[in-house]
Amino acid sequence: MFEAVLLTVITAATPLLIAAIGELVVERSGVLNLGVEGMMIMGAVVGFAVANQTGSGTLGVLAAIVAGMGMALIFGFLVLSLVTNQVATGLALTILGLGVSGMIGEAYIGVPGLRLPELYIPVLSELPLIGPVFFQQDAVVYLGFALVALVAFVLFRTRTGLILRAVGDNHGSAHALGYSVIKVRYLAVLFGGGCAGLAGAYMSLAYTPQWVENMTAGRGWIALALVVFASWLPFRVIAGAYLFGAVTVLTFHAQAQGIGVPSQLLSSLPYIATIAVLVLISANRRLTLVNTPACLGKPFVPDR
Amino acid sequence: MRIELVKRTEHSRLMAVLSPVIAVFLTLIAAAILFQLSGKDPLLGLFTFFIEPLTDTWSLQELIVKATPLVLIACGLAVCYLSNNWNIGAEGQFVFGALCGSFIPIVFPDFETVLTLPLMLLLGALGGAAWGLIPAILKTRFNTNEILTSLMLVYVASLILDYLVRGPWRDPDGYNFPESRLFTDAATLPVIGDGRMSIAAPIAVVVVIVLTIVLAKTLKGFEIRVMGESPRAGSFAGFSKKRLTLFAFALAGGLAGLAGTMEVSGSLGQLLPTISPGYGFTAIIVAFLGRLNPAAILIAGLVLALSYIGGEGVQASMGVSDKIAAVIQGLLLFFVLACDTFILYRPRIVPGRSATGSEI
Repeated sequence: MFEAVLLTVITAATPLLIAAIGELVVERSGVLNLGVEGMMIMGAVVGFAVANQTGSGTLGVLAAIVAGMGMALIFGFLVLSLVTNQVATGLALTILGLGVSGMIGEAYIGVPGLRLPELYIPVLSELPLIGPVFFQQDAVVYLGFALVALVAFVLFRTRTGLILRAVGDNHGSAHALGYSVIKVRYLAVLFGGGCAGLAGAYMSLAYTPQWVENMTAGRGWIALALVVFASWLPFRVIAGAYLFGAVTVLTFHAQAQGIGVPSQLLSSLPYIATIAVLVLISANRRLTLVNTPACLGKPFVPDR
Repeated sequence: MRIELVKRTEHSRLMAVLSPVIAVFLTLIAAAILFQLSGKDPLLGLFTFFIEPLTDTWSLQELIVKATPLVLIACGLAVCYLSNNWNIGAEGQFVFGALCGSFIPIVFPDFETVLTLPLMLLLGALGGAAWGLIPAILKTRFNTNEILTSLMLVYVASLILDYLVRGPWRDPDGYNFPESRLFTDAATLPVIGDGRMSIAAPIAVVVVIVLTIVLAKTLKGFEIRVMGESPRAGSFAGFSKKRLTLFAFALAGGLAGLAGTMEVSGSLGQLLPTISPGYGFTAIIVAFLGRLNPAAILIAGLVLALSYIGGEGVQASMGVSDKIAAVIQGLLLFFVLACDTFILYRPRIVPGRSATGSEI
């Protein structure tokens, strides 16, 4: 029982983790992409469709990453090249993603899906209790943790990360130093799109291996909240994602047990928890002010 | 060769008028391509989607029925966006307002007086305003991001509706269908014409007129615009940013709640598990297509309402998924935002390349 719960927490947390770590990089570069939900749902439908057509989960995942990046490129073009309002453009991306995914997905409703195979890490996977939980997962779970570690390393230990943070904190100075603010932001936005696409594919190929319309059900938005929760620090994203994964899974189990609470109340818990967590974090001004990228959401037009 | 943006010294009045028109035109081209991709005749598709609904009185009435909530919600959102408050949870305010407005006809169906409807509308508006005030209070008290909280509350409101309609508010004589009882005549908005159109439509027009005057001629309208464009200047004039945030969210929520109540009382006649095809989100597009100007929002509301009816039309007669409506709505918002850029900026063609700059 305990093992089973832990396993489902991991699968519930992984898409949040991956989408949030992607958005964290985007926001560190000073761009607020509210279209995570749209990119994620596109990843979910494209991943499912390609895996279904080719019979290969790997191809599905790759196609989903490309789909997420494609969506991100549209967003980047508008926000970075045409200096449109970032909030409105992100919303447009979500509306478009939900519509397009609904159209593509219509052919796949009720079609049995493909599940990503689990990787058994030799020796470690045979450990009692922790073996099956931590070392018998599909590749994307490991990839998620690797991504967090990679982002943390690049952001705070490399020159690339320094440039990215400089662009996000003071685009005027970064530009004056000769860095291309727009190019750095394009790359960050594309990375975020790829992550959101991957997170979407995980939804439709591992979490619930099928296509259901609107199946991301606000997870893209929760990922955005997780970035605030993590106060833009990569490793805290893991804690946030697992907290939310646990809340989601607990509501499932509580529903299955049939405790005397309406199922709708339980289903609304992750959303209410998100609001509660956002309030707790943002009430702490010092924590948020120190880490919030100073140029977050501000447009940049190089003047010369 | 590259194209770069040069800031105009003054914003272009010509582009301000042309931009929504160009955006709609580009959306038409994109829609034609979409029909072509789905293997349908693009011209027939465009005709069925955009023209046919305008040719008979039944669908013209439906057009107004669907434009009414869009216009009401978008008017409130315009005040939010003008004052730099990013309320994207109007869908939740619409649903919660509709719930509060339905309280009397469902719980006290025998309360049938001339006061029934006014009380319902009042409760609906108050309920929507209360739901809208949650993210506003969290923003002003705790500095919480209103975008995320207002959106999360959409899911919560929809789940409350689902719970009530399947649980305590289910029609006792309804054979277990997840529906509330039908509203009595005293709780139903008076109908205009022979379709589903009710007095909700003229009420929306009145709201547009009042808001136009408030924004253009009153101190409150000045406050809204100043605080959006330059909060620092506004604070020197003695305006309070926090008070305005509360005002904008309460107004937007109240109008959305009013729209929700009128939708339930006028068009649906009962509560159902879902009462909105995403009006609260589509209204965001309406607000931007109308360039946050109430009079233009009236026209924009009709354009977006057309996309709902056109979507149903192409599904019924051409077998195209009605999801195409959502795609076209999303594309329209993209084109509106892109075209608006040229109000403030002028494109300039630059020969050669440089290492930095915004490349298009």
